[in-house]
Amino acid sequence: MSVADRPIVSPASGEGAAYPEHHFLNHTSGFLSWALTLDHKRIGLMYLVGVMSSFALGGMFALMIRLHLWNFKDGWLSNQTYNQVFTLHGAIMVFLFIIPSIPAALGNFLLPIMLGTKDVAFPRLNLGSFYLWVTGLVLFLTALSITGLDTGWTFYTPYSIETQKGGAVLAATFGVFVLGFSSIFTGLNFIVTINTMRPPGMTWFRMPLFLWATYATSIIQVLATPVLGITVLLLSAERLLGIGIFDPKLNGDPVTFQHFFWFYSHPAVYIMILPAMGIISELMSVHCHKGIFGYRMIAYSSVAIALFGFLVWGHHMFTSGMADVTTIVFSALTFTVSIPSAIKVFNWLGTMYQGTVSLNTPMLYALAFIFLFTIGGLTGLPLGALALDMHMHDTYFVVAHFHYVMMGGTLVAFLGGLFHWWPKMTGKMFNDNVGMISAAIVFVGFNLTFLPQFVLGTRGMPRRYATYLEEFQDLHRLSTIGSLTLGIGLLVALLVLLHSLFYGRRAPTNPWGGATLEWVCSSPPPHDNFATAPTVGDPYDFNGIEYDAKQGGYVKKA
Amino acid sequence: MTAIQETAHESEHAQDHHHDHPAWLAHHFDDAEQQFDAGKLGMWLFLVTEVLFFSGMFCAYSLYRNRDPQVFEFCSRFLNEKLGAINTGVLLFSSLTMAWAVRAAQLKQHKLLVGMLGATLGCAAMFLGVKAVEYSHKWELGLFPGKFYVSQIPGAAHGEHGYLGSLCIVPLILTIIAGVYYIYSLATMSKFHQQVAGPILVAGACFFGGVQLGRILEAEETTHHAAEHAAHEHSPGASHDHSQDHSAGELLPEKEGGEVIALGHKSIEDVKVMSEELKTPDASVNQKSMAGLFFSIYYCMTGVHAVHIIGGMLVITWLIVKAAREEFHDQYFGPVDNVGLYWHLVDFIWIYLFPLLYLIT
Ligand code: HEM
Ligand SMILES: [Cu+2]
Repeated sequence: MSVADRPIVSPASGEGAAYPEHHFLNHTSGFLSWALTLDHKRIGLMYLVGVMSSFALGGMFALMIRLHLWNFKDGWLSNQTYNQVFTLHGAIMVFLFIIPSIPAALGNFLLPIMLGTKDVAFPRLNLGSFYLWVTGLVLFLTALSITGLDTGWTFYTPYSIETQKGGAVLAATFGVFVLGFSSIFTGLNFIVTINTMRPPGMTWFRMPLFLWATYATSIIQVLATPVLGITVLLLSAERLLGIGIFDPKLNGDPVTFQHFFWFYSHPAVYIMILPAMGIISELMSVHCHKGIFGYRMIAYSSVAIALFGFLVWGHHMFTSGMADVTTIVFSALTFTVSIPSAIKVFNWLGTMYQGTVSLNTPMLYALAFIFLFTIGGLTGLPLGALALDMHMHDTYFVVAHFHYVMMGGTLVAFLGGLFHWWPKMTGKMFNDNVGMISAAIVFVGFNLTFLPQFVLGTRGMPRRYATYLEEFQDLHRLSTIGSLTLGIGLLVALLVLLHSLFYGRRAPTNPWGGATLEWVCSSPPPHDNFATAPTVGDPYDFNGIEYDAKQGGYVKKA
Repeated sequence: MTAIQETAHESEHAQDHHHDHPAWLAHHFDDAEQQFDAGKLGMWLFLVTEVLFFSGMFCAYSLYRNRDPQVFEFCSRFLNEKLGAINTGVLLFSSLTMAWAVRAAQLKQHKLLVGMLGATLGCAAMFLGVKAVEYSHKWELGLFPGKFYVSQIPGAAHGEHGYLGSLCIVPLILTIIAGVYYIYSLATMSKFHQQVAGPILVAGACFFGGVQLGRILEAEETTHHAAEHAAHEHSPGASHDHSQDHSAGELLPEKEGGEVIALGHKSIEDVKVMSEELKTPDASVNQKSMAGLFFSIYYCMTGVHAVHIIGGMLVITWLIVKAAREEFHDQYFGPVDNVGLYWHLVDFIWIYLFPLLYLIT
């Protein structure tokens, strides 16, 4: 049967499919069966609810910022409040949402299943990570209620030492410390699981690319996050005890803080994007019904990104005061990280070439990702170029750059992954048409929000300002309109998913025609993941799979 | 039988069904070896994160020492290297007992295992006892971190603030509880409780032993220096190496001219030549923004290290409970082994801290 015989539409409902009566969702019940669960799938779902709520909170702050900037002066927030709002927006989005989003929520759910094991190596530690995350959330909410965190998400000294709002800084930095350990333990758990628990037949190069990406991410989490931990710990000691290590008044060096901070936070941007790239590799292959192009290159480039990412942190500090040679070296090294990213983009496009593309919600999000991430990545290059960055540093150009990679990249991939694995996680199919509409609105809204910001940045609009020159007002208004559109798109996406929980039809085992192991176990999966031992084969060989109208999904060829 | 062959549907509660799974083998592992390997790799990765965690402070140390070497030379004389050396010895010994404990666990020598873990716990407590003396002594002198640093005035009298007493309150309470627990265990004649309570009580005693030892040595040092100081005053041209072991008591000398020594830009040779002048540190070093920074680094590094010692004591206590229940054997000794690895790392970091902080001159 040639690929063309397979239907291009998403599966229609069918009868006679084998739906599990007993699965991890109804395995046990009651509040404690969730709160104390050691099942990676339930922990994953709890994370999912948690990170999406944080995203909603951070999103509110984002809209507050955009609405404030509608007029060039006299916005509805006071300047002080404005500072607090953008700080909380950034800190919540980075530390509570985007870093745990894919690894801790989707990764937790999928990693053991894709690998063919019952659970992660340390289930208790896994639950512990989740509660550390909750603790971090509580500390952030404390900082929020003390009202006053106004340092920006980067906590640069001497702002963070001098600001009047010491309590909020302490609560937030301690929150970051705790969240850091949550992230470290998740990464540690994943590395150990992949290294020691692969079942027979699951060789390194039979691992789905999502696992390679998660593995590379975990390496960064384990190697970079401790440095953030000690940095924020020293910062709290600075606030509490006036130790002076980062305080110029006591002969300390604030630039050292920036070095420590970016030594974590640059690699952290790869903690954000690598798992997203992993998702896209899966989505591209499955929805094009064609083996992934250049499997090994994608796998190796994940690891390359993880390693190169440690060498370029200085590009955030070109204007902070470093030796000339150092800035030149950092600038040159910055260009190297774009190579592995570009390799991936080429491979995804290569996968689509002559594939049988199913245009459905996950695929639309994946396509949006490729478009947006490419723009985000390419605009990183001018920023990495020393001479240009001297002018563009701390302008809206940087803001637009990182939103293209973080939101256009990671968030869009997260949504794509969420739609893709939703049937597996919940056992329900969502309304694909409305899902596609949400993807379209998000795409349009996103570009409307952030394309104007590139222009603003190149014209000299500095970031983090509560007021601006009148000549920028039109572009700012365009951006605000875009952000509202984007918000509507995300709301539609959420409604589609919620609707499916109540009215969606039951999902078949393999709705999209994937060949990785999670599509072998039922939707939703049983408590221990596999009723019978799955045979581990090539994760991207679709020849043995065909569409079965009776099941409404794909089945193994007889 | 591999993990995935077991069916989930029949399992109401995962563990009941794995008849081939002994209690010590978690249900998601296939066999003892896999469980051991996972635990071990996990611990090694954790140690990597620990090293990186400390590396931030080591970085700060080298940056600031490189920038202001004279500050580090001046300040390290306030650290009592005798106490540092004793603590180094104590920790090294505890590494030995910990390694021995691993062996005992493998060989099912349950009593010996409890003993060795107890010895390790005792050493840790003693370390903290000595540390308490060091810290409190510095606080009495006003050697606080950063902006709380009090410039040292030679010959000034230092009041008793009772810092040592307050540091001892929590250990005292814990020791009393351990004592009560021990009496209870004797009364009930429970071998298990005795095996748990005994080592904890001993550890409590070790803490106070450490405190006592520290006080004796600290007092010795002070009187020794006071005497030396008197002698020194009468012979202004005292020899170079004589001044090497000067410490807290008298190093803030009679001002022999307050000229600023800007050593930062000088080569090492220059520094050596000038070390004669160094023993008379001037006002530029003896202040919050200079010496204060050193003590910030000192307290951060040794403080975070001490927190790791306390963490280690908690897990060792957990091991003692398990050991008293005779849980370990040749197939299952991973926890002892992994805690051992952690403990060696904590030692190892101290091995770096000691020379870097105490032995600068
Ligand atoms: C493809 C290669 C990339 C290159 C060459 C690159 C380059 C840069 C440079 C040079 C800056 C500093 C601009 C300045 O402050 O003046 C920057 C900022 C930033 N980038 Fe990227 N970037 C890349 C990818 C990413 C990715 C994948 C992410 C996240 C998913 C990301 C997130 C950020 C963030 C958050 C900032 C701003 C941080 C702040 O100052 O608040 N970048 N990027
Ligand atoms: Cu960067």
